[in-house]
Amino acid sequence: MESRTAQPYWNPYLAGFGLGLVLLASFVVMGRGLGASGAFASTITAGLNVVAPAHVANNPAFAEYLKDGTSPLKDWLVFEVLGVFVGGFLSGMLAHRVARTVEKGPHITTSRRLIFAFIGGVLMGVGAKLARGCTSGQALTGGALLNAGSWAFMIMVFVGAYALAYVMRRQWT
Amino acid sequence: MIAPFFKYGLFGDNLGLVVAFAIGIGFGFFLERAGFGNARKLAAQFYFTDLRVFKVMFTAIVTAMLGVYYLAVFGVLDLSLVYLTPTFLLPQMAGGLILGMGFVVGGYCPGTACVGVATGRIDAMVLFLGIFAGIFGFGEIYPLVSTFYASTPMGQLTLPQVTGLPYGVIVFAVVLMALGGFAGAEWVEKRMAARNVEA
Repeated sequence: MESRTAQPYWNPYLAGFGLGLVLLASFVVMGRGLGASGAFASTITAGLNVVAPAHVANNPAFAEYLKDGTSPLKDWLVFEVLGVFVGGFLSGMLAHRVARTVEKGPHITTSRRLIFAFIGGVLMGVGAKLARGCTSGQALTGGALLNAGSWAFMIMVFVGAYALAYVMRRQWT
Repeated sequence: MIAPFFKYGLFGDNLGLVVAFAIGIGFGFFLERAGFGNARKLAAQFYFTDLRVFKVMFTAIVTAMLGVYYLAVFGVLDLSLVYLTPTFLLPQMAGGLILGMGFVVGGYCPGTACVGVATGRIDAMVLFLGIFAGIFGFGEIYPLVSTFYASTPMGQLTLPQVTGLPYGVIVFAVVLMALGGFAGAEWVEKRMAARNVEA
């Protein structure tokens, strides 16, 4: 697989059109949009609920993901995100783009890149919880539904990223 | 009106989970096709060398927005049954700012991190763990931030409601803005490519 050269990515407008049709299908079939961060929260809640059920029950930030009589993992977004893994892998495999590698610019060491990746993930988790959704659930879904809060969120995502871009340039350029 | 199918009782919760999995496959497939399993492609947005994050996002938003609008106009889709997240303006803006910072520091967002993990990216796997840590951390400090989290509640609020303009006018404005943005993005990319050749 690694011996074959990776195919170039699609034209972004074509990929965006496909993504838009998937989002539209979700609206029409389910009456809801896409998401990602909610599945992470459900997974954590399921794990915590095994080790410290009282702690989960007493904390609204986790308790909202509990389900009556069934696991927090039996959840729409959890199944959707499982599909994202499968779809991403299929697309990557068909285009010979599956590779065990670290994506980074040429001027940063792998260990530093991984430290930044972890910090970035922590910020993502906190930001997505505070905003009640991430780029999928707020920006894409709410964007298409003309949700006022989602548009405010989306603008601030770009503001935050561009604000730190100069500081982070050694990692990427 | 016949859609949303699920809300009209065409199928139940369990089949809904199968639908979720199928929709997720499509979502992941197109994210990977777009180049979003690759942190360098994503981060390039913030250095103006490859603006595909903007292009893909806004093509998807415009496509779904137009689809929803016309299906509602022709009486196929009942838009009032499509779930709209309530707006809490300040926490959403603060969350967006933090998430945006995380985007350029880490290189992926939660959805694209899953695609990165699925295609073997080790940086995406580390970021994936970071998201869990962040959500767990938020839960632990929740009592301290719960007041802010619940502040500026505005209910389910759309841009047509905010502006008082008809839905179709806002749809048209978003399409125009996106087309202008695409033209601008192409121009910026060409300028950056020319500059990088000179440098």
